[in-house]
Amino acid sequence: MDVLATALPALADAFSLILQPNQIMFLMIGVLLGLSVGVFPGLGGIAGLSLVLPFMYGMEPVSGLALMVGLIAVIPTSDTFASVLMGIPGSSASQATVLDGFPLAKKGHAARALSAAFTSSLFGGLLGAFVLTFFILIARPLVLAFGLPEMLMITILGLSMVAILAGRIVVKGVVAACLGLMVGTIGEAGAGGSLRMATYDIPYLTDGFTIVIVGLGIFAIPEIIALLRQDRAISKDSTLGAGWLDGMRDWWANIWLSVRCSVIGVIVGVIPGLGGSVVDWIAYGHTVQSSKNRENFGTGDIRGVIGPESSNNAKEGGGLVPTLIFGIPGSGSMAVFIGGMGLLGYDAGPQLINNNLDITYTIVWSLALANVFGAGLCILLSGQIAKLTTIRFTLLAPFLFMMIAFAAFQSRQSLGDLVALFAIGLLGILMRRFDWSRPAFLIGFVLSSQAENFTNMANQIARSKFRREFEAGIEYIFSPIVIVLLVVIVLSIVIGVRQSKQILPEGEVASGSKRAPLIFALCIFGYLAVAVWNASGISLLSDKIFPLTVGTFGLVSTALLLIQMIRLPETHAIFADREAVGEDATAPHKLWPTLSWLALLLGLSALTGFIIAATVFALAFLRRRAQMSWIMSLLMTAAGIAFICFLAGSLNRDFPPGLLQEYVDLPWPLR
Amino acid sequence: MNPTKTTRRVALGAIAAAVAGFATQGSAAGHGIDLAGETVEFVIPFSESGGSAKWANFYAPLLSEALPGNPTVVVRFMPGAGSTKGANWFQEQEYENGTVIFGTSGSTQFPYLLGDPRVRYEYGDWNVVLASGTGGVAYLPPDLAGQMDGLDATPLQGENFIYGSQGATRLDLVPLLAWEMLGLSVEPVFGIKGRGDGRLMFERGEANIDYQTSSSYLTGVTPLVEAGTAVPMMTWGALDESGNIVRDPTFPDIPTFKEVCEATPACETSGEQWDAWKAFFIAGFPAQKMVFLPQGASNDAIATYTKAFNDILAREDFAEISASQLGLYPQMTGQAAQATLEQGTNVPDEAKAFVVNWLSERYGVTLN
Repeated sequence: MDVLATALPALADAFSLILQPNQIMFLMIGVLLGLSVGVFPGLGGIAGLSLVLPFMYGMEPVSGLALMVGLIAVIPTSDTFASVLMGIPGSSASQATVLDGFPLAKKGHAARALSAAFTSSLFGGLLGAFVLTFFILIARPLVLAFGLPEMLMITILGLSMVAILAGRIVVKGVVAACLGLMVGTIGEAGAGGSLRMATYDIPYLTDGFTIVIVGLGIFAIPEIIALLRQDRAISKDSTLGAGWLDGMRDWWANIWLSVRCSVIGVIVGVIPGLGGSVVDWIAYGHTVQSSKNRENFGTGDIRGVIGPESSNNAKEGGGLVPTLIFGIPGSGSMAVFIGGMGLLGYDAGPQLINNNLDITYTIVWSLALANVFGAGLCILLSGQIAKLTTIRFTLLAPFLFMMIAFAAFQSRQSLGDLVALFAIGLLGILMRRFDWSRPAFLIGFVLSSQAENFTNMANQIARSKFRREFEAGIEYIFSPIVIVLLVVIVLSIVIGVRQSKQILPEGEVASGSKRAPLIFALCIFGYLAVAVWNASGISLLSDKIFPLTVGTFGLVSTALLLIQMIRLPETHAIFADREAVGEDATAPHKLWPTLSWLALLLGLSALTGFIIAATVFALAFLRRRAQMSWIMSLLMTAAGIAFICFLAGSLNRDFPPGLLQEYVDLPWPLR
Repeated sequence: MNPTKTTRRVALGAIAAAVAGFATQGSAAGHGIDLAGETVEFVIPFSESGGSAKWANFYAPLLSEALPGNPTVVVRFMPGAGSTKGANWFQEQEYENGTVIFGTSGSTQFPYLLGDPRVRYEYGDWNVVLASGTGGVAYLPPDLAGQMDGLDATPLQGENFIYGSQGATRLDLVPLLAWEMLGLSVEPVFGIKGRGDGRLMFERGEANIDYQTSSSYLTGVTPLVEAGTAVPMMTWGALDESGNIVRDPTFPDIPTFKEVCEATPACETSGEQWDAWKAFFIAGFPAQKMVFLPQGASNDAIATYTKAFNDILAREDFAEISASQLGLYPQMTGQAAQATLEQGTNVPDEAKAFVVNWLSERYGVTLN
């Protein structure tokens, strides 16, 4: 009861510190800023924090902390809007939400999905804050028990979710995951800096692709293009079926699922070095594995929203544990947060908890209150905002394209961002068309560098321990935590493989002819072969072993797939092709003309810079494709451009410059 | 300062940020170097999460107060290729009106010194207005530290050391070379993301030797030393006015590497290895972070910024507010900054050749 005796008085002190009109006002400002920033994909916590950082210096510490925590806490709440309504993963923490959230929106259940998500977020956030309260006093030895072998196991646990998300043809899912892992190795190797599938002549490639661009390209672009081809609203019959009260009821009916996923979120958040990107996939995988009737997952099962959303807010509370007790940030936004604390005169670390427990607990209270305010506000708004799904999609699309291009550009601030977005978008479209598991690809990509680094590092340390003493080595690799995780992984794969045929993360897809799917599979085989050949030329073993192993495994799997393709009849599910039969095949607009609109925006940006290009693009699109009147087109374009300028201006962000800007010096925002 | 007033000012500021940021973007004309109504971009070629971000965020608001006309100073992050991307970008900037400044770190200097093929920037073209130094401390677990024979590191030579490293071509080059000179067999485990991760590996018992820069040592390792789980081994030292390595003023009780080297028979404080180490130590620590105006900057602009930084350094509360953020290190302007720049960016050819060769033989790292 020592812990309670220390915690309770400090909690009470913190409560009286935070419950001042001033602090609550700052907390609310933080919450509002966080909600506004979180709505836009690709911006996230770092952008929001950078906005308030200049004001931190000289601020009253509790107010400053309330402002920053309020902002961080609600970003995983409001990024759900983009995931559910538009199928755009708002941040890496809500990728899994897209899988079931967006199909629900298409069925007209947007308000229900949103409010279920927000209620889950609220609950997860509160649980995270609660755990943080007590755990922070005792967590140090527990966190230190998670060494590299343990982190590697958690990473593999994340990868094992591929098994359940692989789709109807397991081997296709495996190849998709290998491809994701291989795309993740592009650029300088983490260990020795050797280049893989990149050259110094194209500097963009040496840093590899960012998760924002891959997330947008793989999920958002294919969905937007597909919807645009239908020329109707997101919600199939332009009405909203279930309301926000239903969503809260759904959450209540699945409260234990929400509890379990929140606990997963806290645990993954607590381990420094993992980052938040696995947590929603592990939670989603757990949700599917532990459910009884699974046939609706991927086509709109509310549990697929509740699981990941409970975990991603809980993760923020968990993530504050290593941030505060070790002073080591678990993510980019936590790093900026630590910087902000420094400006307020506090350094994160053990001395903060020993000497300033009351200040530490104001962070906990801010976190809890921010979750209540943020989620409450979102629930109230969800009914109204869900109406977006009943608008004719063609009118939304130009602005979504602009938003995505702008978001993608934020990752490197280079034209290469736009090229990469288009290239990965194309891959996403083809993967969707031929029914290759996009979640499997994304999981592979997200975990690639972690898997490689942890393997190399754990291997190196283990060898050194073995050299010293055999027992020390064994003790290091087979710690109790590793063994438990190993059992969980085996169970997860066994259950996953057994069930994966029932779960269609992308819905049912009919089969067409043999030719197109075969060509796509051959292209993937070709890429993997080139990547393996490229890796074999690297001299440093530490930099080549991972791409060689994964690539060879991927090649063998693709070869097996190709053999199956040759032997099976063309009606088999292996030849799934959306362009052959079904909604896409009968869409009023063709794929390539629709895609060329996006190409127009990106290409024009390269010539004239983003703002001029976006203006021309939006006008042309609304006039020609959407058949709006000149006046409406002009008005809507003006509103859209003004809005994006306001957003970029207030966040102090630049727009992609083009060839024109090389020669002519233009004033902002045209420059 | 009146607290309510401050909070209200900041609150209004935070709300107004959205509007203000937008309104102040336009580039106004005008001569001289009054920056009223301007937005100064303090460009950092790293991400929001590193030590350079901390350093820039510390200086930005102070600079805003100190510059004539009190411009808004925003820190802009331009990460990529270990800061080479941002530095190449800055090389292409021409001086316009003094609204662009650039902050470099040791990670920008090392590829420049080692002849990395991606480097298209030339320090000689830029105009330095501030140079900030730092130091570093190596530390050991208590059982290994206890084996040292006073300052003589010879008893540690049979030990297998593991060190969490960000890469042999980065600042980690300085500790790795130092340990090798002492005859220690240290195996670097590459691939960690920041020095904080290295400390965590040490705390978990996975690594058994580590170093931190001064400010991280103060906040992260001092509590470990107090708890008895870490013992400082040596600092890299600091430079006195005539360029000699002396005890680090922040850690006057900890011996320098030079002292340990002198006490260890295997190590020599002269010769090409020592010269190479010293050259890269200077580039990486006493001359670690610098602020530049782009090429072609007018003397007015250089004088204005130099005065602004001098005013910041002369603030009564500077020692107090900077101690936890920067450590007790010289913050230099004018001639002193220029001298530091020269020390930090000129390495004798022999030292460079030695390090390039050592990197490729010892770690298989080649730079092209």
